[in-house]
Amino acid sequence: MIKIELEVNGKKIQKEIPDHTLLSTFLREHINLTGTHVGCDTSQCGACVVHVDGKSLKSCTALAADLNGSKVTTIEGLASNGKLHPMQEAFKKLHGLQCGFCTPGMVMSVIDLLKQNKNPSDKEIRDWLEGNICRCTGYQNIVAAVKEAAAKM
Amino acid sequence: MKTFNYHSAKDVKEASKLSSSKSAFLAGGMTTLPSMKLGLASYNDLINLKNIKNLSGIKVSGKTIKIGSTTKHAEVSQSKEVKKAIPSLAALAEGIGDPQVRNRGTIGGSIANNDPAADYPSACIALNAVIHTNERKIEAEKFFKGMFETALKTGEIIEAVEFEIPKKSNYQKYPNPASRYAIVGVYVAECKSGVNVAVTGAKSCVYNDKNLSSALSKNFSSSAIDGIEISSSGMNSDIHASAEYRANMVKVFTKKAVEAC
Repeated sequence: MIKIELEVNGKKIQKEIPDHTLLSTFLREHINLTGTHVGCDTSQCGACVVHVDGKSLKSCTALAADLNGSKVTTIEGLASNGKLHPMQEAFKKLHGLQCGFCTPGMVMSVIDLLKQNKNPSDKEIRDWLEGNICRCTGYQNIVAAVKEAAAKM
Repeated sequence: MKTFNYHSAKDVKEASKLSSSKSAFLAGGMTTLPSMKLGLASYNDLINLKNIKNLSGIKVSGKTIKIGSTTKHAEVSQSKEVKKAIPSLAALAEGIGDPQVRNRGTIGGSIANNDPAADYPSACIALNAVIHTNERKIEAEKFFKGMFETALKTGEIIEAVEFEIPKKSNYQKYPNPASRYAIVGVYVAECKSGVNVAVTGAKSCVYNDKNLSSALSKNFSSSAIDGIEISSSGMNSDIHASAEYRANMVKVFTKKAVEAC
């Protein structure tokens, strides 16, 4: 067992966890933030993407112990005062989702993209989404949603 | 995943002391953790290297770029210094995996793992890299021993990788459409001592194609290798590409890389 302290969505959390606890397990099972989804569990699908210290990573492929002292933002941490984040709003408005399973990872991933590139082209968006797999939308509306959010953010 | 004892070392000495035949060093964990989750690897101890301060960072001197072993792919791909001195190296880092892998994966982890289809080993061979460990300096040609095998001994830790700044260079690869690992990757560099043509993805381990290298050392143009036959013997063959296809791609990508230099 190992003691860790993380700041998750602005809240400091201290827990004692088994050494091999993945960040995705920690978020979903230890602190009940089930908005972060586990799809493939083999680092490919990107449904589990969260931000750690401002950068996107796949939470199924990171040890919680390894992130001791970090700031984590999950999909639950995006909305403020009941108002959706512009990226969430754009996905909703432009039907950037169907079943919604991949959506938390998609949204967290492309917010990281817009931090680095405020006005990405279609190709840059598609390249960035290499690590996020959606089996419903064919990506058209996801790309459209990212462009809409980029214009508003 | 089988459980283990997690350690976070403060310095290289402590990390080395904690290691044993049943431990692994943990940098980005982009291969180690998936391998452990799939039951392909298990360890009694995982020793995190990321909190060791002097292992991360990029230093350009006159003739070389020295990259600390825990420097992430995203840091290399975005580094203005790397882009200026060896643009092909920054481009190689940008082509690894996906953005989340590039945010975590490290150069030291990549070469210590020595995946036969990894990108960085080809850069090490092409750019006459010297691998600095806590015990010695190892030339890239002597570092990569075979499939997932390196010259590293138990307790030996990569501290930095030092690349020669070439006159010109380029890296071309056919990425696996799912993983972005190289089905075939060719790194061509014109260095002080001559031209190197490093090939990854094609065989069980990265290698320097001596025939291509010497032909290009004499005449650095894509037509200089027209007459060279690439044998498919010993090349990988799988659902993605046959050995014959890979052999052909080595030549195609060498030409492309030369033309893009």
